[in-house]
Amino acid sequence: MSSDEPETRPRQTIHDSTAPSTDTRDSRIGEGVDDRFNSKLREAFGASPFILTKFDEFMNWVRGNSMFMLQFGIACCSIEMIHTYAIKHDVDRYGAGVPRASPRQADVMIVPGTIVSKFGPRMKRVYDQMPEPKFVVGMGSCTISGGPFQEGYNVVKGAEEIIPIDIHVPGCPPRPEALIYGILKLQERIQNGESSPVVVKPYELEQFGDLPEDELVQKLADEIDEDDLVMRYNWADSP
Amino acid sequence: MSTGIEQTPADGETLTEDELEALIGDRAIARDDHMNAPGFVVNPDEVQSVLSDLKERAGYDHLSSVTAQEYEDRYESIYHLKKYADASDEVSVVVPTASDDPVSESAEPVFRTADWHEREAYDLVGIEYADHPDLRRILLPETWQGHPLSKGYDQEKPQVVTLSEHANPLESDHRESGGESDTMFLNIGPHHPATHGVLHVETVLDGETVVDVEPDIGYLHRCEEQMCQQGTYRHQIMPYPDRWDYVSSGLLNEWSYARAIEDLADIEVPEYAQVIRTMGAELCRIASHMLALGTFALDVYGEFTAIFQYTFRDREVVQDILEDLTGQRMMFNYFRVGGVAWDLPEPREEFFEKTRDFLDELPAKVAEYNDMVTSNEIFQTRCIDTGVLEPEVAKDYGCTGPVARGSGVDYDLRRDDPYGYYENLDWDVVTRDGCDNYARVLTRMEEVEESAKIIQQCLDLLEDWPEDDREVQANVPRTLKPDADAETYRAVEAAKGELGIYIRSDGTDKPGRFKIRSPCFSNLQALGEMAEGEYIPDLVASLGSLDIVLGEVDR
Repeated sequence: MSSDEPETRPRQTIHDSTAPSTDTRDSRIGEGVDDRFNSKLREAFGASPFILTKFDEFMNWVRGNSMFMLQFGIACCSIEMIHTYAIKHDVDRYGAGVPRASPRQADVMIVPGTIVSKFGPRMKRVYDQMPEPKFVVGMGSCTISGGPFQEGYNVVKGAEEIIPIDIHVPGCPPRPEALIYGILKLQERIQNGESSPVVVKPYELEQFGDLPEDELVQKLADEIDEDDLVMRYNWADSP
Repeated sequence: MSTGIEQTPADGETLTEDELEALIGDRAIARDDHMNAPGFVVNPDEVQSVLSDLKERAGYDHLSSVTAQEYEDRYESIYHLKKYADASDEVSVVVPTASDDPVSESAEPVFRTADWHEREAYDLVGIEYADHPDLRRILLPETWQGHPLSKGYDQEKPQVVTLSEHANPLESDHRESGGESDTMFLNIGPHHPATHGVLHVETVLDGETVVDVEPDIGYLHRCEEQMCQQGTYRHQIMPYPDRWDYVSSGLLNEWSYARAIEDLADIEVPEYAQVIRTMGAELCRIASHMLALGTFALDVYGEFTAIFQYTFRDREVVQDILEDLTGQRMMFNYFRVGGVAWDLPEPREEFFEKTRDFLDELPAKVAEYNDMVTSNEIFQTRCIDTGVLEPEVAKDYGCTGPVARGSGVDYDLRRDDPYGYYENLDWDVVTRDGCDNYARVLTRMEEVEESAKIIQQCLDLLEDWPEDDREVQANVPRTLKPDADAETYRAVEAAKGELGIYIRSDGTDKPGRFKIRSPCFSNLQALGEMAEGEYIPDLVASLGSLDIVLGEVDR
């Protein structure tokens, strides 16, 4: 089975290679008591009820078709996100249906809204609680750059400052159709085994050692527990 | 209760301006009149006595808002007072404080609602309030340095935010064993399905009973006031109101800004545009109340499949109509200063037909909701007599909208302080005396029917409007520059209650101070009163029945 030839689908190779052996088996077991094995699927697969593929590819296919979304509402976009889940748009058609309330049961997180300084560490915590592999859809302009609130003193200039994002869906807010398109694109990426590398942003406490000791760091260093999640927003360096 | 009738004056308590002046007497060191109300300048140490006189003896029982701002030479807190009995009777109390020592007396002992308002003023502007029970940051993280809306704030300065509050609630130091009770501290949110967004509720439980509730807000504080202060009046501010209360109440929010600026710049809106505005705003109210009902059913009996989806089906219809009208599903940006962006979509007949179809189907849908939700036994068990908010308490907390009307407070700005085309239409203000979660839900559902009545009348008017008189915008100068130091506070009845805007002009084409009075901010404050002493599931029900939108709470 050579993967270089695009026309050679695994199924085809299996069918060709196993054709003689099924003859033998068919002659041994005869017609059988009923035709329960003669399903559509079997017709498609050929006589053999097996399919050979790489386990990784299989897992990617499974993951892509059964995405557990996290119920994660932040701002305006979450309303359109709910509309995407609800009647008419019904994202369940793509195997990404009822949102899970706990991050520990979710694979995909849609970030629907503006991230502000106070919410940044919380979002990071929720993201950390999701089991690997995890995927993130950034919904709306705010998760791309801060959107209409980019100039705000309190607004994080894009969710990517905090967690890695696989798909950006632009719009303010994106229509449900756009979000569905984004979800389908993510499905495609998952099925092809592509996703963003996990990036750890430099805001854990130990990273503070490298920072210039300014007044604020000094003031807080004593109060901060080592287990705390700490974020340092460097607004001047933000885009 | 029709709006066509003249508002009756409050029971013998209405004072003229001279009488007010006499009441305040020497405590007023100057006058600082705003365009909406007379303003009295008061010394920082006499705030409580002046406010309690105004409340007890002049009947100003509604503290709508507290605006704080910094001038070149001083800080200033403004208390916007109104009457629940007559919303058009307003007075402002202006309290200047020195730049180097901005300490002012707290109004909290007189009006409970001042608690959060003053914390916000402290957080964003930096005025300190003496006697305040709990003066700490409310919107920004505790560790924040500086006050962002004060002068000389450096936005580039790095900030550090920690996440220490989310320690394990079962750890031994979270248990306080004293006497017989053994309480537990519990964090709800900010990422929790029942908090309607990013609200963090710190609760103390004694068994299953809620002992103490402390809503922690600010997880969606996206600097709306700063954004509006950076924009020019004419076009750059209008897109932001859509994003305050983002539950499809866009047009209602836009109206609040439109009303304030039209008042400030003295712009007359054409009648035809007013009718379109009224119709659009009521469509938004229906969409917003539908979401309130759907999420409430979801909270109260976990109904994700039927009620929730039904309400979203109906919202889709409303959003379709609004999209036809404005070109957008949610962030409409349809109002303009002095009118609306464009006329109804062509062909008009189709638009009328579509909207009328929706209105024709609405009664059957409301009946369906009543069948499935309000007459449901489980629903009634969860809602009746839970989350009780007495009318006096509601007033003390500055509650407005369906929350106040569900407690029997007859206060609706569409009737009491008329704007738009409401006073020429025939509709009723819905009030209920239940004071509980059930009453609030019923109030919203009945308001949907009232809104439908208003839309129906607007459609009739628009259909028969003479073709040569369809003026959608007044003649507004390209650059608006209201007079320097003109100040106004104007409010409209948004889906959640009184949404007010305070604008101070500094003579340029951008506002000197833009303050948003959000109804949800005041309503949410009353959560403690409703939930303390009840079971924890009732806390969730109470929170749902308040129908808060965090975008508007935090702004």
